[in-house]
Amino acid sequence: MLIARVVGTAISTIKDEKVKGRKLLVLKQTDPTGKLIGKPFVAVDLVDAGVGELVLTGHGSSARQTHLTKECPVDAVVMAVIDHLNVDDEVVFRKE
Amino acid sequence: MLISKVVGTTVSTIKDKELTGRKLLILRQVDEIGDVYGKPYVAVDTVDAGVGDLVLTAHGSGGRQTAITKNSPVDAVIMAVIDHLNIEGKTIRR
Repeated sequence: MLIARVVGTAISTIKDEKVKGRKLLVLKQTDPTGKLIGKPFVAVDLVDAGVGELVLTGHGSSARQTHLTKECPVDAVVMAVIDHLNVDDEVVFRKE
Repeated sequence: MLISKVVGTTVSTIKDKELTGRKLLILRQVDEIGDVYGKPYVAVDTVDAGVGDLVLTAHGSGGRQTAITKNSPVDAVIMAVIDHLNIEGKTIRR
């Protein structure tokens, strides 16, 4: 899984039948302090995450292990919203 | 999934028979302000995308989960055309 922050949403009308009705979020990976790194990617939201939240994403075939994404052309899902992160005995992030 | 822009088409006569009739588009990834970056790659189009469109691509075994690419030697598929992206308060259209 990756730690990522939700930075936006993707709106699409024409898409694969099996992806219809799914919420697509734009995310960027973060370092352990929550600082954004890398380029944006898109994942299907399973946990009703919102813009600004820190989340965990599952990738590859693992992303199709949920009833919402089974046998869908999907390679990334948001599967958890992070409440807080503890790194080296220090709370480096806490959800507001 | 990756956010990409369609930059061209690939034409191939001799190919695996599972790929016969499939539209192969050339794509480049797009960053948070809509600029293309990185090297081009090819994906099978399942949503009738065109050059200039912003699309989403699914990779690896996820690329074989559509009716069109099932059991095909394919590792990337265009599974959505993006109408617009809202990123950090800005709207990006094609």
